[in-house]
Amino acid sequence: MEIIKAQHVNFYYGSFHALKDISMEIEEKSVVAFIGPSGCGKSTFLRLFNRMNDLIPKTRLEGQILINGQDIYGKNIQVDQLRKEVGMVFQRPNPFPKSIYENVAYGLKVNGIKNQDVIEERVVESLKGAALWDEVKDKLKKSAYALSGGQQQRLCIARAMAVSPQILLMDEPASALDPISTAKIEELIRELKKQVTIVIVTHNMQQASRVSDKTAFFYMGEMVEYGRTKDIFTNPEKEATQNYITGRFG
Amino acid sequence: MKKILEQSVKYLFTASGFITSFIILLIIFFLFSEGAGLFRNHIIDDGYVVALNKSNPVNTLSANQIKEIFDEDITNWQEAGGEDEPIQVFRLSDLLSIYSEEELGSEYEHAGSKIKETILQNEGIIAFVPKSLLTDTEGIKTMPDQTIPVKDVLAGTEWFPTATPSPLFGILPLLAGTLWVSFFAILIALPFGLCVSIYMSEIASEKVRNVLKPVIELLNGIPSVVYGFFGLIVIVPFLQQLFNLPVGESGLAGSLVLAIMALPTIVTVAEDAMRNCPRSMREASLALGANKWQTIYKVVIPYSISGITSGIVLGIGRAVGETMAVLMVTGNAAVMPTSILEPLRTIPATIAAELGEAPTGEAHYQSLFLLGVILFFITLFINLSVEYISSRKR
Repeated sequence: MEIIKAQHVNFYYGSFHALKDISMEIEEKSVVAFIGPSGCGKSTFLRLFNRMNDLIPKTRLEGQILINGQDIYGKNIQVDQLRKEVGMVFQRPNPFPKSIYENVAYGLKVNGIKNQDVIEERVVESLKGAALWDEVKDKLKKSAYALSGGQQQRLCIARAMAVSPQILLMDEPASALDPISTAKIEELIRELKKQVTIVIVTHNMQQASRVSDKTAFFYMGEMVEYGRTKDIFTNPEKEATQNYITGRFG
Repeated sequence: MKKILEQSVKYLFTASGFITSFIILLIIFFLFSEGAGLFRNHIIDDGYVVALNKSNPVNTLSANQIKEIFDEDITNWQEAGGEDEPIQVFRLSDLLSIYSEEELGSEYEHAGSKIKETILQNEGIIAFVPKSLLTDTEGIKTMPDQTIPVKDVLAGTEWFPTATPSPLFGILPLLAGTLWVSFFAILIALPFGLCVSIYMSEIASEKVRNVLKPVIELLNGIPSVVYGFFGLIVIVPFLQQLFNLPVGESGLAGSLVLAIMALPTIVTVAEDAMRNCPRSMREASLALGANKWQTIYKVVIPYSISGITSGIVLGIGRAVGETMAVLMVTGNAAVMPTSILEPLRTIPATIAAELGEAPTGEAHYQSLFLLGVILFFITLFINLSVEYISSRKR
């Protein structure tokens, strides 16, 4: 069953036509990777799913994006509620200047959960889910900035997972990390897939092939090809895809 | 050739750095040496002596007591630690009302002996006379020649630098005035400044900000005397009417003017700090379902708290050191402030108002430098706090 459905999406930054007539469906509890050269619109497309592009002035959207059958750009949509359902992990680890515990508890607190026991339970659960618990259980009150980059990124994943989203958007989550941290994140993605639908933007084609069920290739604001990862990497239909994955450009 | 040029430029820069530091140190040294000179002065004016009848059990009098006696606030020796005996104040000018010119001699050559005679005749007398006239002190007790005690200055509550025979240099009223005015100024400027900076950094559109920010920064460039003028013709009469005061010049008027003056500093620094909160922080918060307000007060403000605090402390610094505007609107009464609606006087205003009439090198002059030293320490403390706050790790 599809959880995300994009229908003829066009997106403009001012007069720049950033996304051109994109339609796609993403199935529940699957991992979809967006690949493509820089500036091809894959991050822009990802950020439409939790309305993050609303923050950028002078942007315009045409077409529809449905999540669970509901138009998320519709009139009666509460954006903060939507963002609770659609979590996001960013390119660079961006923990708050707070303690590790407070970072994970933040999303729960802003969503009105006041019961400390519930919060604590969710924090522990999320840290365990992000494979970070063993590393931080003795220093939950320490600043999140004391962690390494890879740990910070897993903390950000734990933070996003704490509010129990249905979908997790990941915008190049491992691009600022070393290979070992990257491997841990990838393993985590395979693990989290059991609970949430994951959409991941990546520059790293091996990564896309390792973690995703389906892959979409973007080029110049268009979605050139979308299909099962295995097919895209072994037997792409389009020449542009073929050229990109074999490293001839990008 | 190029190398020589580079070398000489390097030396030029080094030299200018050293010269600047040296000049600053020189100024501080000058301030301190003049200020410390106050404590080498005597409590009684130089060349004069305060004399009592030998039968009077009082041996020492503080500067404060001497002033009260000569102001006739104290009229009985009992109040100064002596016996129940009315105090008779005697100044040199009183000599002419007691003795005729013939008795004193054509060139006042008998003045000395007549003074002595007067002192010997009156048990309750206290005489303030030139030392040179009182050469024979048999049967007369002169007050010991003590220097101004540090305690009387730093803990003194009365500022009468021109009183005779013994001026009082208690700095507490001025210090309290300064802190009192600054405190209220910040109390007014802080909420207002924070609101403006939050509005400018988080809510206002780019267009509005592009107009507002230069306007607020323009406030920084207005000379303080203009603020003082504004305070004098607008704020002072307004306060006088509002609170039905006998005079509108009051601590509150000073606080209001200072608040307006400190506002641009607070706003620009705090706004910059909030704008420096990275977009990724805001996005992280919003992506977790936080709304705009939650993001502002749970992420943006905590993230930029050290910058905001620096802005506030710099604003306090501006308020503490401000001279002209405060001088114009606070009424300048050097008394311990009991209410913000009464006239009071700040340290910088005192220096500015009195330095012109204080004779160079004398106690009054030096006391003003001591005030400068105190002010220096206050602002130094403020600047160090700014350094500490802004260097603190998140």
